[in-house]
Amino acid sequence: MSDRPLTRNIDMRREPFNLQQYRQAEGYGAVLRMLREQAPADVLETVKNSGLKGRGGAGFPTGLKWSFVPTGEGAPKTKYLVVNADEMEPGTFKDRLLMEGDPHLLIEGMIIAAYTIQASTAYIFLRGEYLRAEKLLRQAIAEAREAGLLGPNIQGSGFSLEIILHTSAGRYICGEETALLNALEGKRANPRAKPPFPQVSGLWGKPTIVNNVETICNLPGIVRYGIDWYKKLGKGADAGTKLCGVSGRVKNPGCWELPLGTPIRELLEERAGGMSDGYALRAFLPGGGSTDFLLPEHLDLTLDYDVIGKAGSRLATGTMIILDDQTCPVGMVGNLMRFFSHESCGWCTPCRDGLPWVDAIFQRLERGEGRHEDLDILTEHLTYLGPGRTFCALAPGAMAPLGSALKHFREDFEAHIGSGGCPWPK
Amino acid sequence: MSSQIIASSASTVVARALSEQERHEIDHELTLYPDKRAVGLEALKIVQKHQGWVSDESLHAVANYLEMSAHELDGVATFFNLIFRQPVGRRVMLFCDSVSCYIMGCDRIKAHISKRLGIDYGETTADGEYTLIPVPCLGDCDRAPVMLMDGEQQRNLTPEKIDALLSRTDAAKTDAADKGDA
Amino acid sequence: MAKISVDGIKYEVNAANNLLQECLSQGLDLPYFCWHPCMGSVGACRQCAVKQYRNAEDTTGTLVMACMTPVTDGGLYSIQDSQAVDFRSHVIESLMISHPHDCPVCEEGGECHLQDMTQMSGHNYRRYDFQKVTHRNQDLGPFINHEMNRCIACYRCVRFYGDYAGGTDLVALASHHHVYFGRHEEGTLESEFSGNLVEVCPTGVFTDKTFSAHYSRKWDLQTAPSICTGCGAGCNTTPGERYGSLRRVVNRYHHDLNGYFLCDRGRFGYDANNSAERVKEALFVQAQINGNAEVPARKPLSATEAARQFNAMAGGDVIGIGSPRASLESNIALQQRVGAENFYPGINDDELASAREVLALMREPGLHCPDIRSLEQSDCVLVVNEDLTNTAARMALALRQATRNAATTMAAAARIPAWQDAAVRELAQHERSPLIILSPQGTRLDDVASDTFLGSVARQVQLLEAIAHCLDPEYSVSSRDPSLTSRAKAIAQALSAARRPCIVSGISAQSTALVRASGNLARALQKARKGDADAPVGLCFAMPEANTLGLVLLAESTGNTLSGALQRLAQKRADAAVVLENDLFRRAATAEVAQALAGHTPLIVIDHLHNAFNARARLLLPAASPSESNGTWVNYEGRAQSAYRVFAPAEPVRAAYEWLTPADPVLLPSISSEEILAQFADAHSAFAVLKDLLPHRLGLSAVMKSPRQLPRYSGRTAMQANSHVHEYRQTQDPQSPLSFSMEGVPLQKDASLLSAAWAPGWNSNQAISKFQDEINGELRQGCKGVHLLQSGQAQASYAPIVLPSEGDLAPYFIEHLFGSEEISAKAVAIQARTVGPYACIGEALAQTLGVAQHGRILLKAGERQVQLPVLIRQRIAPGSIGIYCAGELDRYSLAGGVTVEAVPEAPDLLLRSREMFRHLVISDSWQGRDES
Ligand SMILES: Cc1cc2nc3c(=O)[nH]c(=O)nc-3n(C[C@H](O)[C@H](O)[C@H](O)COP(=O)(O)O)c2cc1C
Ligand code: SF4
Ligand code: FES
Repeated sequence: MSDRPLTRNIDMRREPFNLQQYRQAEGYGAVLRMLREQAPADVLETVKNSGLKGRGGAGFPTGLKWSFVPTGEGAPKTKYLVVNADEMEPGTFKDRLLMEGDPHLLIEGMIIAAYTIQASTAYIFLRGEYLRAEKLLRQAIAEAREAGLLGPNIQGSGFSLEIILHTSAGRYICGEETALLNALEGKRANPRAKPPFPQVSGLWGKPTIVNNVETICNLPGIVRYGIDWYKKLGKGADAGTKLCGVSGRVKNPGCWELPLGTPIRELLEERAGGMSDGYALRAFLPGGGSTDFLLPEHLDLTLDYDVIGKAGSRLATGTMIILDDQTCPVGMVGNLMRFFSHESCGWCTPCRDGLPWVDAIFQRLERGEGRHEDLDILTEHLTYLGPGRTFCALAPGAMAPLGSALKHFREDFEAHIGSGGCPWPK
Repeated sequence: MSSQIIASSASTVVARALSEQERHEIDHELTLYPDKRAVGLEALKIVQKHQGWVSDESLHAVANYLEMSAHELDGVATFFNLIFRQPVGRRVMLFCDSVSCYIMGCDRIKAHISKRLGIDYGETTADGEYTLIPVPCLGDCDRAPVMLMDGEQQRNLTPEKIDALLSRTDAAKTDAADKGDA
Repeated sequence: MAKISVDGIKYEVNAANNLLQECLSQGLDLPYFCWHPCMGSVGACRQCAVKQYRNAEDTTGTLVMACMTPVTDGGLYSIQDSQAVDFRSHVIESLMISHPHDCPVCEEGGECHLQDMTQMSGHNYRRYDFQKVTHRNQDLGPFINHEMNRCIACYRCVRFYGDYAGGTDLVALASHHHVYFGRHEEGTLESEFSGNLVEVCPTGVFTDKTFSAHYSRKWDLQTAPSICTGCGAGCNTTPGERYGSLRRVVNRYHHDLNGYFLCDRGRFGYDANNSAERVKEALFVQAQINGNAEVPARKPLSATEAARQFNAMAGGDVIGIGSPRASLESNIALQQRVGAENFYPGINDDELASAREVLALMREPGLHCPDIRSLEQSDCVLVVNEDLTNTAARMALALRQATRNAATTMAAAARIPAWQDAAVRELAQHERSPLIILSPQGTRLDDVASDTFLGSVARQVQLLEAIAHCLDPEYSVSSRDPSLTSRAKAIAQALSAARRPCIVSGISAQSTALVRASGNLARALQKARKGDADAPVGLCFAMPEANTLGLVLLAESTGNTLSGALQRLAQKRADAAVVLENDLFRRAATAEVAQALAGHTPLIVIDHLHNAFNARARLLLPAASPSESNGTWVNYEGRAQSAYRVFAPAEPVRAAYEWLTPADPVLLPSISSEEILAQFADAHSAFAVLKDLLPHRLGLSAVMKSPRQLPRYSGRTAMQANSHVHEYRQTQDPQSPLSFSMEGVPLQKDASLLSAAWAPGWNSNQAISKFQDEINGELRQGCKGVHLLQSGQAQASYAPIVLPSEGDLAPYFIEHLFGSEEISAKAVAIQARTVGPYACIGEALAQTLGVAQHGRILLKAGERQVQLPVLIRQRIAPGSIGIYCAGELDRYSLAGGVTVEAVPEAPDLLLRSREMFRHLVISDSWQGRDES
């Protein structure tokens, strides 16, 4: 048993475990036992009761999501499992670690998920730039297939699974699960309307589960060691561990597996070694580019979905971006706005045409030509692009750092107006 | 199921013949999906791998091969960042300009590259060697600034590191040229 | 039904629909862009946002997109809520940030949905002061302008063009705020329905290029409800005129027929009206003394002279030859003038025979003739031989929708409402209702067909009989071919499994065997379904021309045929012949027509375009075109519909019926179309229903007329100031319900009489929703035409069939949307899309002959031989050769069978034909099962 079920095999200084090494480290044992001994409904129950929440950003309970897949007589025979490995959220670098560090863990998790929803084809939707992950995953899939852990009738269990690695071509919106499905079908990756949810009508119209890489990597541990163990991993209300990253001006940026419920301070000060010399903490985005800024006063909050939610932000991907005291907050948010504006899929009006306006205002602020009305227009966009207004969650995500920045760094915005340029040293 | 236009007002473009290798690789992809059109992007990437970019001629070749319209395929191709519909240099620098790299000073690195090579984003050096393209977060934020070049992630970039990288590749080039002479 | 409340007012609405549609049905103003009544919802534009409340206590509410919100019983909504209003004004503001300030020079101006919605959403001042996104435009061919800078990215164009109409060459390119709607490279749009983009696009990205060439604002056009004369479908149109020339055609909603869409022949063919080949004066051939010789010469006559001359010539024993492209009134007038026994239908004998078979079938109880909307609702369609995309394109568009019924059914099972357009498509993917196509060559519907059978007419008849035999073992097949059995079984099964099966054919092959075999199959199917009265078997036949059925009905009382008339002429058994709007060279073998002309019987032709035949007339009278005269047209269902003249032609041009019925030759004109119709309906009980088309039915009096001009019609007093200072006198139209004026009853009692769709705040054609009883519903009190075919006695027995004999190489005749129809082929824009005669052969024959793609062959039929460029197709029935006549070749001399020979290649000719074939859009190499 390990208290780091996700990363226990990972050592980035060496090649990841091959199949043999992975099996020596207890790998695939649980899954084979599961195939022999447990019915899909039992596994579903286990995952439901484990309290596992999706690690892709929204934190939706995984077991509950799976339970929406139609089963029984009238249900479509073909179902799909899709692993969301599109990781393109700015400041997020956790799924890469898992795929490059322990590819067999993902495959083992996928067998569990696919078995539970009775999917015999699973796709990994990998972002195109992750070339090393691609290579390692291909190797691992081949090994697993060779060993009869994938393919038809796995180890005589009657269950068959093919894993197909799909590499994308660079588009943030593909991470949105329904846009991802369109991309997999070879279409323009505009998101789809929900309802119907992918669990009912997903890939090629068939019931489909989309899960994040990290979510899937939690499964082998849960199946192997059980619900109680998993729940106890978490220190607070949430079960299990979470990959947490820190980037920005800290001494030791990186990504670690921590129990959920760990105080943020511990992550920042102990793991990441605190701020780099000469830099002080001004604020941070707790879970990637589309979360709200939190302030130093929030450092003692714990890494829990609800705790961070109550503080007005989101745990989301768990990868923190640090704003230090020598980086211009307006420049930082402007950088994010540019990203979101460019990555808008172009489907719905507020996002497609609203974000470029926001972006243009930031550029003007940067040039020192901003006006006070510009801030009003930015503020208006917070509601205009808010949740429920746009077709998908991209634009509301973009508004999170903007809204909190306007609140916390108002004076910095003001300082850009009529200043003749960004007042911050470059 | 798409229909192919055999005689039409449509096109002035003559499809290039796909190479044996390209067809072979596309055929493999076709076994992985229940629907031909799903392979479109993958097929374009295969062509791009071999040709460096996706010309109109290649676009038509892939479209014909997948029995779909070149227009529909281009609609997909142009949606994505990494399908190059214009020629690029032999070495494409995918330069991360997202938030963590920004904080870690990627603007300075970019300025340095631009100065050294005389190119801005989206441009190619006169000798056709380098193209500089900005990409969203490369997922290496703990080692920012980062770029992806020749299939390798270059991390913790500094102007010195850029200089070293460029002279290394320049050296390799001179090497190759020398060998060619001999 | 569901009860909902919107802003505190209660409404009864249809629970199967979305909130936007139901609000619009209730007449509420709620702005939208991406939604379209015929294309459902995708939720992209976000313009239709409203507030939804959980219950009466909920005072905050949630913002929802009305188009994506199912109405629920007891639902509480608000359009006026300030947050909703505010959000909508933001949406329109951001849609407009890159929109140019070019309304004054934009062809959409004044009928622009974007203008309307901008006003409605309350956006006045542009706050955005950055650079706009700009785009490069594309040349999309002769029909459509492209001005991408006006785009608001509602995605309607590609949803119509691709999803709805099956086009593959107009797509969304790029992404974020650079999305671009166009082709991947410049070039002519391939879809036969591209013209609808003009109306589907809510702004001025896609506009009518032919209209731009002689542009006028919508409000300056004089318009009237009209019927398209491009084919026998009977689509409703609104042509517009200014300064005496026809400027454009737009769709006019008809619930049962065209709905919101027209084909490109119907939309762009109007320009024939302005053709240089118009007959503009009465011409009379007189002997002129030239030196000592008498030389015949054509000389113009005044209207009165012409009428006198006509009376003088047509006094005695006169035969009249009617026309399938002339109105019922003109045909009636001719028939009355010459007497029924002397009235001959001006179509080929074989076509006539086929049409008569069709009439019999349509009167048969138990079989029913589906209108276009019913075609859309059919869940299994068998197309027999007819290349509908080219002969009745609107019907083809309907069949494309019919294949989607399987998707809707699947969606219903998955609880996805049918209006969730994208979701339904995503769920169903390639799942389609069966569409089975029997045809000698690949068609443009093959991409959605479940099965395609490539066979000659005889092979198709054999297959039809085999299917009938599968359905009814008592059906005895005239010639059995065991190789067809399994195919026949599968088709029979698909047909009997369907709830609303339809058989769709036509008479363009002019084959009675084909019509009978289709009819027999329908009977067998009906029998196998035990005469399910709720869902009778659909059977219909596309008609080649706008009044083919009307003409055949008129001539039904006699057994007269065209060859009978031609014989009388050849044998000089008549004093004169009056030919109504007809080029007889298109109707019978050239030799036969020439023989008739050789009889030198004085020939009077009334027509509106010069052609080879009326060049031989002694007296040629200038006829008004369909948009210049009132008239009634009988479509493929036997539905008679009235068209009103859009404008009065310049003297001496007048409606053919006016030439034919002058009460007093000095006081022209004389009789109105309404009078002709009324008298005829009184005299012939079979036609009594025609009276329902007359305006008195509506209680419309001469004073309460409906205007042909919009209230803003400008320049009335100045339009002719270049020639005289007086305000011109408005054309009088005493019998019709419409006036040539902007005065009148602005809101007509009968919405089918709308001269143009316009309502306060709604200047585009989308204003039609204000006149429907509900969205997509009937026009309020609208006259949908009257059905002339009443069911007769049941015919129990199957019709006997003689299998057509075919030689080694069976010719079939190719039809093209652009070019096959005589009149539209004279429109300049259409001409840019037409091709000359050619032959179509398969790869095997091409190899035998050693002819390459676009090379030439020599076609021989008896004495006749002709060299033709060749199109080699993958999808063509074995042993068949397709011939496209382009209105130039005499099909009747080729129909009997042909032989072919190779011709040595000439590089310059090859180049020429290659250039010609570039205009042709043909789908091929579809992976269907082929008959081999
Ligand atoms: C714009 C956008 C981008 C997203 N990108 C990702 C991504 O890169 N990876 C990911 O796993 N989820 C991403 N998501 C979340 C997915 O839509 C989805 O919720 C997730 O894959 C579900 O997996 P989970 O339940 O395991 O968390 C994104 C969502 C949005 C709106
Ligand atoms: S919010 Fe709208 S435009 Fe933006 S990514 Fe989502 S669907 Fe596309
Ligand atoms: S009409 Fe509702 S979102 Fe466009």
